[in-house]
Amino acid sequence: MGLQELWFFIIAGLFCGFLILEGFDFGVGMLMGPFGKVGAGDPEQRRRAALNTIGPVWDANEVWLITAGAAMFAAFPNWYATVFSALYLPLLAILFAMILRIVGIEWRGKINDPRWRTWADVGIAIGSWVPAILWGVAFAVLVRGLPIDADGRVHLSIGDVLNGYTVLGGLATASLFAFYGAVFVALKTAGPVRDDAFRFARMLSLPAIALAGGFGLWTQLAHGKSWTWLALGVAVVALLAAVALIWARRNEGWAFVSMMVVVAAVVVLLFGALYPNLLPSTLNPDWSVTIYNGSSTPYTLRIMSWASLTVLPLVLAYQGWTYWVFRRRITADAIPASVGLSRRRS
Amino acid sequence: MDTLDVSRWQFGITTVYHFIFVPLTIGLAPLIAAMQTAWVITGNSSWYRLTRFFGKLFLINFAIGVATGIVQEFQFGMNWSEYSRFVGDIFGAPLAFEGLIAFFFESTFIGLWIFGWTRLPRLIHLACIWVVAFAVNASAYFIIAANSFMQHPVGARFNPETGRAELIDFGALLTNNTAIWAFLHAVAGSFLTAGTFVAAVCAWLLVRSHKRAHEAEEAKSMYRPATIAGSLVALAASAALFYTGDIQGKLMFEQQPMKMASAESLCHTETDPDFSILTVGTQNNCDSITQLIDVPYVLPFLAKGEFSGVTLAGVKDLQQQYEQRFGPGDYRPNLFVTYWAFRAMIGLLLVPVAFALATLWLTRRGRIPNHRWFGWFALITIPTPFLANSAGWVFTEMGRQPWVVVPNPTGDQLVRMTVQEGVSDHAPGMVLFSLAVFTLLYGVLAVIWFWLIRRYIVEGPQEHDSEPVPAKSPDEDDVAPLSFAY
Repeated sequence: MGLQELWFFIIAGLFCGFLILEGFDFGVGMLMGPFGKVGAGDPEQRRRAALNTIGPVWDANEVWLITAGAAMFAAFPNWYATVFSALYLPLLAILFAMILRIVGIEWRGKINDPRWRTWADVGIAIGSWVPAILWGVAFAVLVRGLPIDADGRVHLSIGDVLNGYTVLGGLATASLFAFYGAVFVALKTAGPVRDDAFRFARMLSLPAIALAGGFGLWTQLAHGKSWTWLALGVAVVALLAAVALIWARRNEGWAFVSMMVVVAAVVVLLFGALYPNLLPSTLNPDWSVTIYNGSSTPYTLRIMSWASLTVLPLVLAYQGWTYWVFRRRITADAIPASVGLSRRRS
Repeated sequence: MDTLDVSRWQFGITTVYHFIFVPLTIGLAPLIAAMQTAWVITGNSSWYRLTRFFGKLFLINFAIGVATGIVQEFQFGMNWSEYSRFVGDIFGAPLAFEGLIAFFFESTFIGLWIFGWTRLPRLIHLACIWVVAFAVNASAYFIIAANSFMQHPVGARFNPETGRAELIDFGALLTNNTAIWAFLHAVAGSFLTAGTFVAAVCAWLLVRSHKRAHEAEEAKSMYRPATIAGSLVALAASAALFYTGDIQGKLMFEQQPMKMASAESLCHTETDPDFSILTVGTQNNCDSITQLIDVPYVLPFLAKGEFSGVTLAGVKDLQQQYEQRFGPGDYRPNLFVTYWAFRAMIGLLLVPVAFALATLWLTRRGRIPNHRWFGWFALITIPTPFLANSAGWVFTEMGRQPWVVVPNPTGDQLVRMTVQEGVSDHAPGMVLFSLAVFTLLYGVLAVIWFWLIRRYIVEGPQEHDSEPVPAKSPDEDDVAPLSFAY
């Protein structure tokens, strides 16, 4: 395997890490509002129980995206430059949403006031729904390709970003992440919130199967290679296994593991469909950005390989340890009272 | 406005904004770690309460720094795609290192620190905040190594076949003298910001405690030691700022003479020019500048470390040289901005120095100052290091114009790029739209940030029932109450 292939692989791995970890973070954020609307007990405590399942970990999960973006820049500058400038407005929307999510989560508990929390929850909802949809759109755009001319310029029209395939991609990731988030809450909570999580997961399982399955099939038929059938097969089987476990209302731990497999298999499917392109040209295949014409020099790739292959295992180890430290379930009752200040001085 | 102008405004606004919050994060993390260490070693609960108090302020600030940081990484590709193509082989690597080595540590261990008060043994929990403190400083190093390549490209050569700059020596990139001194300077600025913040907040609480009988004990055991410690940090940081800034200035006279000439309003090449303190210019060019106050000897010393016998190139002569070397064009940065940003940076530094000295004097031998003016002085001092940081970066980056990669006088002359060449070919309207979106969002968030910080400072350190006791047996039951929750 050459360095360019290795870096295609590493970047796929970084996006895998990002979507596996942030996938359920987005899902939890998407469902935080609904968790406050159903079931027994104080709605605020139920929302907080849901939010605090990702409390200690969501910030570190997001770093997988930052590292993936920087790795694109460093390993395939031409790809990074072409994609990020062509998808200017979708990325602007993602950035806007993720900023709202970060300050929404961090500042929510700082002021003990219902109206303040409502605004924070709006930020968290926007910040979870918008990226959950738009990452699907963005990956679908990548796989489908953009009109790149012989000089490497992209002549973008709205139909290149929004069309049946990319919209389905957005719905697929949104439905998948919502389901994934519900499974995660079921795994991390006890009591009524857990019951609600199972209920949500059951409701969300059918849209997830239909939308993600449809998108996977379309990707395979339109852009896939023969071996990516395997990735699609693994994704479908794992998703069905997760759904079956949830419907049987047992072993949400294995359902969660299955969902990790689903997300990983979808990433493999998408990157497998791309390979060896990074961004296909819809005008002429010769004008595509590939791992060969888009990469950095072997010297840069070698340095980056040493750094990432030594540091990433360490990252996985201490991130894994974080999940171990915070492994216990939480309940709405066990959430401590808000320590936020009142809006005005008393 | 054309695309270049709008793109530059957007990058300028989002970057200056991001760097309002970052220095406080970089400087405050080690100070909080030191406070927590003092608590762990001495068992004195005052340090515990200070840790919690400044920890909350830190987290309010940390959130917005993280949120605005992602924008920075994306913008290189979004708005400066030609630049990204040209230097990606070099510039991307330090960004990736920043993610791998700094951000992962920082954000994982901040989560452990926030939620881990009763989940982790005391020393491990303490180690978490130290990891955060080192990681935030490591991130500063990598991003400044990347920035320094734009100021003074080293370790790279131009490849005529690919038409881009390529890395030939990663070690040289990381040990770029511009990067090392700029890093130390930025870290010193961060410690000044955080030290001043701690000192001024506690000084204000100290003055206020005279009106509150029940806070007499807090004033003695918490506010006074913290304000003294903060002042000492600020003074040490100021000394480091002068020292590192002086070395940076000397490097800049060699590496970017145009930047320094415009910072000094030095239009013509002169031997032993005077240092200008005040000029008046009607237009942004060399033809209409009137020097009002000048000081001899200072400028030769800043440039070369000697008081006389130093010849410094002026803007007009440099412009001619550049035209000969790089072809026709305007190679002068905005004189007004570079001149005044440089002076603002230095002038604003004097306020926290004066404040720190006043603090040490007024708190001498156990005194608890109760002068109203001192409380006001503290409040007025808080923003000055923030403004000085911004002014310093405005000077550094505006002084680099019109280059995005300034040609290295002793390096490969083809490793160079102007902002005009580096910008993405977008419709100006679209960039104007994103500029409006960012400005509005950032404006709203700044108001909330300020209000939250102010609200928490005015409240002062809250009572905490008891210091945390780490849970004994983590597997005693399935469900456990959290010591902290969002």
